[in-house]
Amino acid sequence: MKQTMKTSLYAGALVLLGSVAHAGCGVTSGNVNILGNDFPALQAVADEAIACAHDGMKVEANLTTEHREIMSPALTANPAEYNAVFIANSQLMPLLAKGLIRPLDDLVAKHGQNLAPNQLIRVDGKIVSVAFMANAQHLFYRKDILDQVGARPPESYEDVLAVAEKIRAAGKMEHPVALNTKVGWNLAEEFINMYLGHDTPMFKAGTAEPAINNDAGVSTLNTLKALTGYSNPDYLTFDSNTTQALWESGDLALATMWGSRGTAILDDEGSNAAVVSSTIQSGAPTVAGGSKPATSLWWNGFSIATNTSDEDAEAAFVAMVNGISTDMVKANNDKAAWLIEGYEPNVATAGIVASMEAGASPYPMLPYMGVMHTALGGELVDFLQGNESAKQTLSDIEAAYTTAAREKGFLE
Amino acid sequence: MPDKAFFSFMAPSLLAMILFIALPIGSVFLQSLFVEHSQVMKTVETCSPFGGCTDETIVDAEATQALAQAQPLGRFNGLGTYTDRNHLAFDDLGRARREADTFGEFLSAIMNLRFYRALVFTIAFTAIVTPFVLALGLVIALAVNMLPRMTKGPAIFVSLLPMIVTPLVGSLILAWIVDAEGILGATLQTLFKDPDLSLKASPTLTWIMLFIYGIWHATPFSFIVFYAGLQTVPRDTLEAAMIDGASRAQRIRYVVVPHLMPLVTFVLLIQLMDNFRVFEPIVGFSADANATSLSWIIYNDLRGGETTLFGSAAATSFLTLVGVIILLIPVLIRTWRDHNSKPA
Repeated sequence: MKQTMKTSLYAGALVLLGSVAHAGCGVTSGNVNILGNDFPALQAVADEAIACAHDGMKVEANLTTEHREIMSPALTANPAEYNAVFIANSQLMPLLAKGLIRPLDDLVAKHGQNLAPNQLIRVDGKIVSVAFMANAQHLFYRKDILDQVGARPPESYEDVLAVAEKIRAAGKMEHPVALNTKVGWNLAEEFINMYLGHDTPMFKAGTAEPAINNDAGVSTLNTLKALTGYSNPDYLTFDSNTTQALWESGDLALATMWGSRGTAILDDEGSNAAVVSSTIQSGAPTVAGGSKPATSLWWNGFSIATNTSDEDAEAAFVAMVNGISTDMVKANNDKAAWLIEGYEPNVATAGIVASMEAGASPYPMLPYMGVMHTALGGELVDFLQGNESAKQTLSDIEAAYTTAAREKGFLE
Repeated sequence: MPDKAFFSFMAPSLLAMILFIALPIGSVFLQSLFVEHSQVMKTVETCSPFGGCTDETIVDAEATQALAQAQPLGRFNGLGTYTDRNHLAFDDLGRARREADTFGEFLSAIMNLRFYRALVFTIAFTAIVTPFVLALGLVIALAVNMLPRMTKGPAIFVSLLPMIVTPLVGSLILAWIVDAEGILGATLQTLFKDPDLSLKASPTLTWIMLFIYGIWHATPFSFIVFYAGLQTVPRDTLEAAMIDGASRAQRIRYVVVPHLMPLVTFVLLIQLMDNFRVFEPIVGFSADANATSLSWIIYNDLRGGETTLFGSAAATSFLTLVGVIILLIPVLIRTWRDHNSKPA
């Protein structure tokens, strides 16, 4: 009771403080309309931005998992339907290529004193987006099961395979490993992560021509196939929701999952204490003797629409900067690996931070990367199912990519 | 009816058909002839939160916009999209024919091309599901028709259930049941003592599962149509056949089925069209690793990833349309002949 009393007092004080601090957040008028993906961290940022609303200033947010489909058309309209958007790094280049988001240098100079330099995404010298959280896929493992078979925490995917074999041989689990290997986007992402671990470029330098039909490509395919050999036979249907559920039900000992799932896995829902207490999140493993973690780093940030009045753009920027304030981070510390000052790294995001510190590559920010991602998603299955050789699959991927890239105008 | 009256009567429907059927098809065809304008690219310094600044290739937005404005439809590509590797793949077919030593090799080269892979599944699905739906629907209708009055209502309701469930939801529920961790999937694994047995992992089992789902989902439709038709079978003819000593099977063969023939043609037409457009179960079962359909590759071009390929999707749509027409022609010709041979 006492505790509750204290908490509500504290919350009340926060609200009071908040409303004093917000009071329009420094702008007097404007219409702000936010569009973005729907997950807890973005909801926290949007709520804080909405708190800027007051007489004469309207702030609204539409957070939806379908954001990707409506973003480009909504920003193309003039005036744009939304003037502030949450984006992930894969979305930046397509929007930029269509000229749909505006440079933020002036606004950052005027209102962005509290932003850290590494939050500012610059392209061609101009600030085009402000990043506020990071995400990456990395290794989750069950300490209790590794201890039972006398295995050390794996540092490379070769270690992962060795530990998986030990677990299977000891009769603990038949399918101890899972990755997000659902055909399509997820499976392609696993290929890209593994390929980046080989530290080899995916395209011929300075061109949109593919260059994955090489030793790194073959090694990537073989590693993926070996890993899925320790996965449940349904692995081609595994997306993040499936792997999280499998982990929480205690059916896995080693899994590569998104760091942003860490909080949900470690909470007291959907699992039992034995699984939660022995779940360890470590950095992404290396592969094939390389030193780079085999994963790609993602960021989420916000950008401001081109097709909106300067007044509304300023209001939107101010509201968003308020959304990613240190106060917001303090209240929502566990929801993401924030790139914002005041963030305290904790166990739920340890894997992301470890991967970042080990020098993992960012997801390639190339305009034709999306075409490659789609081509990979469609062509990888044949190899994993044993229908064709690694070389054949790699050349199929390049052919599918080239066809689509021609249609998109990236290749002649 | 004088021609003038006929046309003024038909004009609103004709207008609606042009507006809502002909124009969209025309626009899709036009779209399929174009690809996106060239992307002008340049290399600039890019800075991200990780790894600092690097030189990256980006699209020169201004130069590309200028090109886009000059050619709003994109670059004219003629039938290029139809013949590229993601569609009819003439080049790859030719190469496969030259290089393949055996027919098997040629076949596997064809199945390596996404359009033909999807086409083969689509045709197999249509060819297998349609007759089963017709036959099963008729059998269920005959069976329900023989039930005592009291039980007919509940029986009809239960038989209609598979059709009432939304296809996507129905397939999702079944997908969870047959999952390796699901009740049916896990039981099969225990039954066959094979921990790697999975309905979703094996291509053959996936196909069979989708066929069964298709039959399960569409049978109620043919059942209810045939059941309605059974209520109109003339009793006189049936009784006459009984007096002549016809068995139940003979009565069905020579009286009931001929009476239902127009309905059979109707259900056949609808089922051919529906099954050729098979889509939801592939998404619901996450079966795209083993089975893709023409509709599914259209969806994948539009919503499958970070990029949308409108030209490619339009070309596949148009090819699907051609497929449906080819499939329906025999049935339509038959109907036309029957129609003309009837005494006026």
